[in-house]
Amino acid sequence: MADLTQTQIAQPTPSRLRFKWNTIFDHLILIAGSLLMLMPLVYAFITASYDPVTIHREGLALTFGDELGSNFEKALFEKGGFTKTVDGMVMLKNSFILGIGFAVGKIIISMMAAYAIVYFRLRFATFAFWIIFTTLLLPLEVRILPSYEAIQRLGMANTYSGLIVPLIASATGTFFFRQFFRAVPEELVEAARIDGAGPVKFFIDILVPLSRTMIAAIFIIMFVFGWNQYLWPTLITTDESLFTLVRGIKQIVLTYSDAAIPEHGQALALAIVAMLPPVLIVIFFQSWFVKGLTESDK
Amino acid sequence: MKRAGFTNPWLPILLLVPQLSIIVVFFYWPAAWAIQSSFYLQDPFGFGSTFVGAENYTDIAQSIEYRKVAWFTVYFTAIVTFLSLSIALLLAVKADNVLRGAKTYRTLLMWVYAIAPPVAGFLGIMFFDQSHGPLTRFFGFFGWDFKLGVDYFDTATAMIIVAVWKQIPVNFIFFLSGLQSIPRSVREAALIDNNSGFRRFWDVTFPLLAPTAFFLLIINITYAMFDTFGIIDTMMKGEPGANPMTLVYKVYLDGFRGNDLGGSSAQSVVLMVLVLVLTIFQFRLIERRIHYT
Repeated sequence: MADLTQTQIAQPTPSRLRFKWNTIFDHLILIAGSLLMLMPLVYAFITASYDPVTIHREGLALTFGDELGSNFEKALFEKGGFTKTVDGMVMLKNSFILGIGFAVGKIIISMMAAYAIVYFRLRFATFAFWIIFTTLLLPLEVRILPSYEAIQRLGMANTYSGLIVPLIASATGTFFFRQFFRAVPEELVEAARIDGAGPVKFFIDILVPLSRTMIAAIFIIMFVFGWNQYLWPTLITTDESLFTLVRGIKQIVLTYSDAAIPEHGQALALAIVAMLPPVLIVIFFQSWFVKGLTESDK
Repeated sequence: MKRAGFTNPWLPILLLVPQLSIIVVFFYWPAAWAIQSSFYLQDPFGFGSTFVGAENYTDIAQSIEYRKVAWFTVYFTAIVTFLSLSIALLLAVKADNVLRGAKTYRTLLMWVYAIAPPVAGFLGIMFFDQSHGPLTRFFGFFGWDFKLGVDYFDTATAMIIVAVWKQIPVNFIFFLSGLQSIPRSVREAALIDNNSGFRRFWDVTFPLLAPTAFFLLIINITYAMFDTFGIIDTMMKGEPGANPMTLVYKVYLDGFRGNDLGGSSAQSVVLMVLVLVLTIFQFRLIERRIHYT
């Protein structure tokens, strides 16, 4: 009898122990993964605190030097570092214009289109739907040359609208809102109509407030997408006053491979400025971002 | 369309006009133009063009260089897709397992999503720097004299590493949300039936994740083929030379640097067909899922 009790008590221990080892193993893998993701940025940030000669001699560093402030200051406010006529602040401003302009433009245009497709009896609704739908098939990279040609002919090269509008041509946003509107309960429209609300009033007073979280989620995704555009801005902006930070990376790289002692510190500082706003937005609005990214695909 | 829709003759048209006009001007027109100019030979100095029929296409088919680029794209896409998917799946399964610090891990593993490909490429240049790059040193430790931008194989390896690093977060986010949507009851039932964690994963979790995995497969293929442009462009430091490149990069190179409009357009059309096939494949297998570009 005593034996039996003993074994019953003793039994859970090995399994709990194994469970614990498993957990430690899980954590080790996750820590390794997190470090893999984090280390490049840590290296870059710390190395940005040195003067170019030291970096050129020593390579990437893991302890802070004393040039951090001055490197960032030069990268942001000094003209002619990597470009000839603009400083980092101008590029930062342009990046925000592209990111916000693209996100806002896309949200407005696609919400309107999705509203028309979902809520109206329209004879060519299916046709319009397919016209918009087809654009999902071809990313901008595939039709880059003709798009460039079209912008040239329209005289929109080196303008903000030339930078932003062609990127809006893909229909991802429209699909997203179409899915969302279709899930909105039917009774709402009926109730609104009984109360005498017209389509415009219904849209502005009911549908838009209802879509708030979805709008926020899609804004974050689109902002990051717009901010990170590279190929299109590289082609369409040859005027330095329109360079975005991500576009400016190309300039950094080109200067980098030419110079004898490249401005490593400034280059890294500018690269960090280029990644910081979208990274912060993704981190702070994480739950919206994840929701927008994963739910829009259903 | 809703059952109880509005009936208004002009409002929906007004609502659709902005989207439709942008699409026509910046999508259908360029696409049609690409198809048309792929049958012409453009004078490099802009003095008109001659109709050459399918010559641009036969040139592509016979070009040894194009074949090399196509094969590189295939290898590159396959390796990047496989590695980023499997690493992300491993991390997602582990992140789903742990209770403590789950949120912190999630943040740490996904923030790289927000980094632009060329910025990632630039970090890559620093890490694979000939004399001081930490990774160059690391490979040197094993007797591998790593030469980014000089050696074809080394450059390709560096591009793959950076491209995988950049893509892990997206896959991680989708896998994790896929795992979290598996009902608790299913997990508990599996736990009772089978004590081995590994078997449980392959028999229960993995099949339930299959739709997510397939969807991600397509996303990753499109990523590796198109979105890596920035990584490739920065990592070859603006000097294509004998460096590895993808098909999209070749379109850009021939069209904008080589001024071969016809050839570049024909390549665009080939890619369009490829994406079309890929998308149809995707829609046939899982409906109701669209991808983000």
